[in-house]
Amino acid sequence: MGANLSPARRAWNLLAKLALWLCAAVTCALLLLVIGYIFLRGAPGLSWELLTSQESVLRGTVGILPSILNTLYVIAASLAVVLPLGVGAAVYLTEYAKNRRLAGAVEFAAETLSGIPSILYALVGVILFCNTLGLQKTLLAGSLTLVIMTLPTVIRTTQESLRTVPRSYREGALGLGAGRWRTIRTVVLPSSVDGIVTGCILAVGRVVGESAVLMYTAGLSTAMQDFSTIQGLLRASGATLTVALYVYAKERADFAIAFTIATLLLILTGLINLAAHLAGRLLRRG
Amino acid sequence: MKRRIKPAEFAMQTLFLICGLTAIAFVLLITVYLILAGLPAIREIGLTSFLFGRTWASTHATDPRFGILPMILASVYGAAGAIVLGVPVGFFTALFLAKAAPPRLAGLIRPAVNLLAGIPSVVYGLVGMCVLVPALRAWLDLPAGDSLLASIIVLAVMILPSIISVSDAALAAVPREYEEASLALGATPVETYLRVTAPAARSGVAAAVVLGVGRAIGEAMAILMVAGNVANMPSLLSSVRFLTTGIAIEMNYAAPGSLQRQALFSIGLVLFLFIMLINILLNLALKRGKEG
Repeated sequence: MGANLSPARRAWNLLAKLALWLCAAVTCALLLLVIGYIFLRGAPGLSWELLTSQESVLRGTVGILPSILNTLYVIAASLAVVLPLGVGAAVYLTEYAKNRRLAGAVEFAAETLSGIPSILYALVGVILFCNTLGLQKTLLAGSLTLVIMTLPTVIRTTQESLRTVPRSYREGALGLGAGRWRTIRTVVLPSSVDGIVTGCILAVGRVVGESAVLMYTAGLSTAMQDFSTIQGLLRASGATLTVALYVYAKERADFAIAFTIATLLLILTGLINLAAHLAGRLLRRG
Repeated sequence: MKRRIKPAEFAMQTLFLICGLTAIAFVLLITVYLILAGLPAIREIGLTSFLFGRTWASTHATDPRFGILPMILASVYGAAGAIVLGVPVGFFTALFLAKAAPPRLAGLIRPAVNLLAGIPSVVYGLVGMCVLVPALRAWLDLPAGDSLLASIIVLAVMILPSIISVSDAALAAVPREYEEASLALGATPVETYLRVTAPAARSGVAAAVVLGVGRAIGEAMAILMVAGNVANMPSLLSSVRFLTTGIAIEMNYAAPGSLQRQALFSIGLVLFLFIMLINILLNLALKRGKEG
């Protein structure tokens, strides 16, 4: 093949092929550059001490433990709300919705939510949670704002998974006399656990990577928060890893620690992607 | 036949319905809040002098100005620039992954693209700030590298993964028969990909482009770190402020209740309208894809 192509056509073919390979190479090069550069500058600073201590001018220590704890807090608090809400909405859409108009409206709403930029969630979070509900700038207010933001992710992945549960499963359970809810609880949800777990992991990914929302709703402090009492949990206010990165880089020009946090965030992102991939593969019903 | 529903069943059904309705409630809540919070300042400043005013000087003691034309233009130029740089590279990479690449290689690159998509935006901002900005200053001999150009490059890299993965899926969904017919007529594989596969997947690719525009217009943190954030009328090599960064840069110190703070919410409302317009376009692109 290709022996009797005209020279012009042969040149065009060569050029097009070159363009394809070149663009793919550019993409890969960008990725390697970004990751390589961050690791090169950030990895040397990564130490157990940094991860387990807090910043103190008096003792001269630097540490990012408070930011790590704040991040975990935000993950746990937002998941605790978004998981039941999102799975519930997906169950409604696939199992109950008879009114197609209403179901369409719910789906449209979820799509709209996923397109809204995070700075707008920040504005709404500031009005709704910080001011109207009186939570002030707290990790709790930030987590609740993130619930709205991650809801579409959880709904979509759960819904996709629920759709793949064969009709016969449901019919079998209903035929044996189980009610609708019992069928969902004992048959449908356990069969779509892969989608639910994947949705959670993706939601965690968005929470870990989010910064704009948390900067304005959850605070900027890198000091240790008091998580030991309920009062403390409600009032804690501080920077998560991404926000701390911003504060160190932009406001304190402390790039060494910023790159170390960036390295940590890259590692987390990689782990989250891997976990999502594995969850989809391992938990799918055989 | 009418069957009696048990109370427990009814309760669960209602609960699930409520979960579904919260999504709608959130959208309404966001819309209503942004309109309520955004309108007062627009009313006070005047719609035309807000949208078309060329000066933003919100903290000026005697004569504060609230014109957001520089920010609107910066956002439009920024998104356009990111699309011009990002779409060709993204599209060709997707074509490579979906058709031309050896499967092994594609299997390596796809997770890498996913990783690129998952990297937090502040990390892109940090790299932009420490690598791109100094590099631009040195190469172009500028007083400062923080510029529209730096933002465009960062945005292009950030929208690349979504363009790649959406186009990749659209290209992979083109029926094999189309390509076989083209090959059987004597077209080479590359000609087939570019002249048969790509046009057949055009609505999916269009959706990818619109999605990229939405991402680029909505991004705040990364470009906050590389744009310089001065509300100039935008030009490629000078410091600019976008709609998103216009909100972000003043949000933490605008006094509650002040006109400055209210104006920030008005910028939010304008941004919201932009995004809704883009969402409508996206839905149209996807719908045409399903029909065609």
